[in-house]
Amino acid sequence: MELVLVGLNFRTAPVEVRERVSFSKDQAQRAAEELRTKGILEETLVLSTCNRSEVYGVNPNANRESAHALSAYLSCFHAVQPDILNPSLYHHYDHDVVRHLFRVSAGLESMLLGEAEILGQVREAYLCAHENHATGPVLNRLFQAALEVGKRVRAETELGTRPMGIASAGMKLAERIFGKLNDRSALVLGAGTISEQVISQLRDRSIGNLYLTNRSREKAEEFARQYKGKVVEWGQWDVALKLPDVIVSAVGVQDPLLTKAMIERAMSARGNRALFLMDLGMPRNIDPAVAGLYSVYLYSMEDLTGIVEQNRNSRQSEVPKAEALVEEHIGKFISWQASVELTGLLDVLRSTLKERRAAFLQEKLSGVNHFSAQDREQIGGLMDELMDRLLVRPAERLRAEKEHRKKIQSVEAIRDLFLSDREKP
Amino acid sequence: MSIPARKVREFLRLGYTRNITHGAEVGRGALPEPARSAWKKPMNHTFIILTVLAYLASMGFYIGFLYAGKEFTGRVATLLMFLGLVTHYAALLVRARGTHTVPYHDLQGSMSLFGWLLAVTYLCLEIYHRQRTVGAFVLPVILAFIFTAYLVPDHPSSSATTPHGVVFALHVTLSILAYAAFALSCVLSLMYLAEERFLRMRRLGDVVWRLPPLELLERMSHTSVLVGLITIAAGTALGFVAVDRLPGEPAYFDPKYVVTLLVLLLYAAYFQLARTAAWRGARASKLCVFNFVLVVLSFTVVNLYFSQHHRYF
Repeated sequence: MELVLVGLNFRTAPVEVRERVSFSKDQAQRAAEELRTKGILEETLVLSTCNRSEVYGVNPNANRESAHALSAYLSCFHAVQPDILNPSLYHHYDHDVVRHLFRVSAGLESMLLGEAEILGQVREAYLCAHENHATGPVLNRLFQAALEVGKRVRAETELGTRPMGIASAGMKLAERIFGKLNDRSALVLGAGTISEQVISQLRDRSIGNLYLTNRSREKAEEFARQYKGKVVEWGQWDVALKLPDVIVSAVGVQDPLLTKAMIERAMSARGNRALFLMDLGMPRNIDPAVAGLYSVYLYSMEDLTGIVEQNRNSRQSEVPKAEALVEEHIGKFISWQASVELTGLLDVLRSTLKERRAAFLQEKLSGVNHFSAQDREQIGGLMDELMDRLLVRPAERLRAEKEHRKKIQSVEAIRDLFLSDREKP
Repeated sequence: MSIPARKVREFLRLGYTRNITHGAEVGRGALPEPARSAWKKPMNHTFIILTVLAYLASMGFYIGFLYAGKEFTGRVATLLMFLGLVTHYAALLVRARGTHTVPYHDLQGSMSLFGWLLAVTYLCLEIYHRQRTVGAFVLPVILAFIFTAYLVPDHPSSSATTPHGVVFALHVTLSILAYAAFALSCVLSLMYLAEERFLRMRRLGDVVWRLPPLELLERMSHTSVLVGLITIAAGTALGFVAVDRLPGEPAYFDPKYVVTLLVLLLYAAYFQLARTAAWRGARASKLCVFNFVLVVLSFTVVNLYFSQHHRYF
């Protein structure tokens, strides 16, 4: 049994190559099926996200040829020239596969260190492969362990607690003031990419009321349809500003769009209830003097970048803790793998010894005529019992061995000492 | 948490029977012999040691919860706090039996009772608002009161006209409960002001991300002040009833009355102002902290130096 992994990610491949080698759900299912029917892999799982495409499998043979066959298959499946694809691919075997997957699900291999989405993507890929019977006992165990590692890293370290994106950092800050945002309202000025990111974050938090405004009313209406918001007329600030608890501005203007006097009027209209402002425009859309107003919390792009940077450093300091958890689970998985191998090895050893015992008795008793068939059977049975007794204690001792390295070494020693290459499982 | 009615009756009866048994009045420095000898008896400190240990452990877990945010740690903290409350109650009961009087008859008992009521109020607030992070800030206050209570000299009240009976017991208990609720609102207001400052200064360490949202802190403070207002109003009313029942000519004036009414008015003002546009938020929190300073003055300076009838409550 050998685990194999062939894949590429944002570190090894440019986005153009990653786009060509990504798998849709159907493609992943088809590839897994073909790889098994062609005998390249025994068990298969395809993990494809925007930053990585990886094929995990169990090699039916003890050699490493399947990795090359897998590379060739990927090249053929996605119709990408091998000379373009191969330099971007990485190959991992056995324990390195375990380590890589565990690090992936822990978020240690993500572009955004500790991101939470990857755990969901690993889970989804596993459930999909499991439903299609593409996985077997080894990959089931491996991916269940990977999901456990991911969960523990997020629960026991600070790796995933602090926001890493500008938009999510802003939303987390708003939650520091209001708590849950589901009974709050927000106004988004602008309809660009940044505004879209913010709206997405607001929708993720089930914002109560979403108001949108933009110079181009059509664009605002398009956004409103897409995100179930309400359009507010551009420029009618006195009406628009008294509605929301959160205001996000990301438009291109030369002079501040929202002045101190406008916010003062809005605060007076809303009875000084706290107001959270996110200025994501460059140059700034909101007069910085607004920050000094009572119960007004203004964060500019620069402030939010600073917070994200603080969080990045904080997350980096959590990496050793996460790595220690990964190593702990690698040890557990290797131990399980060694136990499974030991069971298989003992079965092969027992049947090999039985064959040799039968051949031995045949040879030695061939010239002896005074033994009846029943006697010969009894002698054979006694020899089998003796062999079983001889095997029981070492097998128990090996199973109980807690040191993974020693266990694996012992398994290898038995394999080398008692079995020929042909007989090795 | 429910306290058995029998225990409450027993608790309240102690002050009553003591005065019935040993005559009507207890003069300054003239405790009746059985009670005086009770003060000299060595106290059983097992429960108070258990209480301190439980509160300390609870504080450790609350701090751990604040830093790590693990739900399990928070639950253990709450459980330990509850255990602390039970042992603290037992400690107060044992002490009351040992001294044959109510806990608020001396400074030690009065402060210990204050700590217990503060813990009760906090635990109710934690359950009501489902917010555990405040525990790490409240427990040090409770522990400070318990430590101070057991470090100060152990001597009884020497008030010349100590009233007694159920009405009086309720008056004192409700007043101390009000002080505890005000202390809690002060802690919450300080947390609000600190968090608001950190947010304005963009200094967001590990702890700030775990603190309750500002608006929740505000709501918790309101709840706490509301409890304080109701109990201090009821307690003060009962106090006047208790004074009325005193034999002889009751003293209707005491500087404590004036300060208590001022405290009541200021907290009522806070409760009203905190909902208005001009005061909502940080200003209301500052007023709440100021009000509590007055409560502390009332509890210490006014009681010890000005009041004739309120030495330790």
